[in-house]
Amino acid sequence: MSAPSSSSLSIRDLHASIGDKPILKGLTLDIPKGEVHAIMGKNGAGKSTLAKIMAGHPDYTVTSGDVLLDGESILGIEPDVRARLGLFLAFQYPMEIPGVTIANFIRAALQARLPEGEELEATDYYAKLYSKMDALSVPRNFTSRSVNEGFSGGEKKRCEILQMAMLEPSYAVLDETDSGLDIDALKIVSAGVNALRGPNIGMLVITHYQRLLDYIVPDKVHVMSEGRIIHSGDKDLALKLEAEGYDWVEKEYSAGKSAV
Amino acid sequence: MTTETKPDIDIDRSVGDFRYEMDYAFDAGIGLNEATIDYISDVKGDPDWVREFRKEGYRKFLEKPMPTHWATKDLENIVFENIRYYLSQGQVPKRTWDEVPDDIKKTFERLGIPEQERKFLAGVEAQFDSEAAYSNIKAAVGEQGVIFVGSTEGLKEHPEIFKKWFGKVIPSGDNKFSALNSAVFSGGSFIYVPPGVKVKHPLQAYFRINAQNFGQFERTLIIADEGAELTYMEGCTAPKFETATLHSAVVELVAMKGAKIQYITVQNWSSNVFNLVTKRGIAHEDAEVKWIDCNIGSRLTMKYPGVVMKGKGARGEVVSIALAGDGQHQDTGAKMIHAADNTTSNIISKSISLGSGRSTYRGMVHVPKHLKGCKNNTECDALLINSHSRTDTYPAISVRGQGNAVQHEASVSQISAEQIFYMQQRGLSEAAAMSLAVNGFVNDLVQQFPMEYSVELKRLIDLEMEGSVG
Ligand SMILES: Nc1ncnc2c1ncn2[C@@H]1O[C@H](COP(=O)(O)OP(=O)(O)OP(=O)(O)O)[C@@H](O)[C@H]1O
Ligand SMILES: [Mg+2]
Repeated sequence: MSAPSSSSLSIRDLHASIGDKPILKGLTLDIPKGEVHAIMGKNGAGKSTLAKIMAGHPDYTVTSGDVLLDGESILGIEPDVRARLGLFLAFQYPMEIPGVTIANFIRAALQARLPEGEELEATDYYAKLYSKMDALSVPRNFTSRSVNEGFSGGEKKRCEILQMAMLEPSYAVLDETDSGLDIDALKIVSAGVNALRGPNIGMLVITHYQRLLDYIVPDKVHVMSEGRIIHSGDKDLALKLEAEGYDWVEKEYSAGKSAV
Repeated sequence: MTTETKPDIDIDRSVGDFRYEMDYAFDAGIGLNEATIDYISDVKGDPDWVREFRKEGYRKFLEKPMPTHWATKDLENIVFENIRYYLSQGQVPKRTWDEVPDDIKKTFERLGIPEQERKFLAGVEAQFDSEAAYSNIKAAVGEQGVIFVGSTEGLKEHPEIFKKWFGKVIPSGDNKFSALNSAVFSGGSFIYVPPGVKVKHPLQAYFRINAQNFGQFERTLIIADEGAELTYMEGCTAPKFETATLHSAVVELVAMKGAKIQYITVQNWSSNVFNLVTKRGIAHEDAEVKWIDCNIGSRLTMKYPGVVMKGKGARGEVVSIALAGDGQHQDTGAKMIHAADNTTSNIISKSISLGSGRSTYRGMVHVPKHLKGCKNNTECDALLINSHSRTDTYPAISVRGQGNAVQHEASVSQISAEQIFYMQQRGLSEAAAMSLAVNGFVNDLVQQFPMEYSVELKRLIDLEMEGSVG
């Protein structure tokens, strides 16, 4: 195993379970800053679980292994602390927060990143918020709507990326951000994500569809199955998976294992 | 004593939780009997009719049972013999803060009252234990004929208006606690707004309990004459004591034809206070009485602001927010009595229960058979934060006759762990996430508050949530 780079989001032989049920079974993955990696895999492979465990969801128990953010373990740290360290998760199913407007929500999140006693500058904040909203074609009247309440599936996903754009994380995990998006929205959201790409951010994009990876071109593609990464390749792997399905990867993997 | 070596104040997380040592010139002692009432009447120099009114109230207090048959048995823990019923320094309310004795003034300065007065109020009355220490109205408002004084001064200086309405909206025998208040009342406001005068800025009263084992029994009477308009706000705090403290006020509002009264309460009692308050308004023809009631803190609050819609076209409204923290019980609601045609009432109640906190909504809407064109809308929403908190709704709606409409909606919701996780993932601490969700829940009601008070309310909710998480 190669040593994790100090400038990466690094998952080392991670085992995790919910209750007695193991879900991650020795998962290793390294996402260096500046790169975009994609994870593909069947329903129930554990992709969302991996995302939530990295973010610190309290329902899951890590039984062994580690998650390192820029070389420091983040296991055992509160979810909000991880977020403020620069980890962002775009949820597969974003939650509704009744009565809390998008504007106030993002503002509170930014305020939480400032030192005690320092106030977010309101005019700068709104200027930035509006420009990001415009870029993602989120109508301006959304600022006064409650977070995700009554949003269509696509609107929810767009607002996840809006939050990401505002919070400027150093590592972002995008869990099926493309599902539920129409073709135009897919282009807009992908453009939004691409605009955030750069040397200061590492991204992990979870998707079922090769199509997304036409827009957000990944540096690496990984296949996840039963709580492990069973195969990795470049962007062409996604094309092959789209054409041939997952069976051949799984076969290769179990053949490789039995050969050892 | 070793007090010199210690700081003279004890600060906790909550703004109201501090206390300065006081010497009281007038102290009715511990416990309640006829002599206590005479003592209070003597100190206050009551006219005979007031002394008689007090004694009558005392008799009714002794007669009336505790309302434990429908409310909580916790009421039985009030030991009336252990309470001090009157404490003052013999002060006459001052018209400038400079004249207020330093030891009292520093309390109100710390609570920010003089500053608020300068910024956005038309007048302020500040009560310390039994008596007002300060009472002042802006000159421009006074010149319009608006009267804003303490109840003691009101009954002495303006008997022709005072006597006409005092005890008429809420008879002393309404319930055990209104009877108790009638017996020992002291402090509170008397307000009269002459016909057609619209007071632009709010008048504010602040009620501060400073003494331990004490009962505060203020009495407020507000009359808005024909076409007059007024907003009155009250705030209340007490430091934390080991022993129970009693706050039992009576508030009577009279809105004459076409008048509007808006009465806003933001209470932040410490968790040892029994807060048992009777509030009711009469709305004459086309008049409007609106109660905006925010109950945070206290051990037990029982409060059901009411409106008697006496004249045609009158409107009554109760908007209430109750937050029951760990170990607290907020038993609140509204009473709407329709007594004329085409009267409209609206009740919106939101409660939040935290930990072992308990919220109860009790509503009473009464429309008698002979009336036409009456409407009531009742909405009560409860938010539970963690599984052992509890909420109950007891709407009692009696609507008879044709052509009257009622609408009732109730909901119970929870803040889910997934919602909290979602917010935490954005960088908010668990407490901040809870606060935000709770503020979101009451947001539409908070919008109805004057800005300064909505900021205060948000701050109080944040403090409660900080204390309840982690
Ligand atoms: N809270 C939970 N309780 C019980 N089982 C769970 C829980 N969370 C996840 N699982 C199980 O863990 C497995 C992995 O779920 P996960 O949501 O991570 O899959 P996924 O790869 O994201 O699937 P999809 O592509 O459908 O989104 C599934 O079998 C799921 O049922
Ligand atoms: Mg998933």
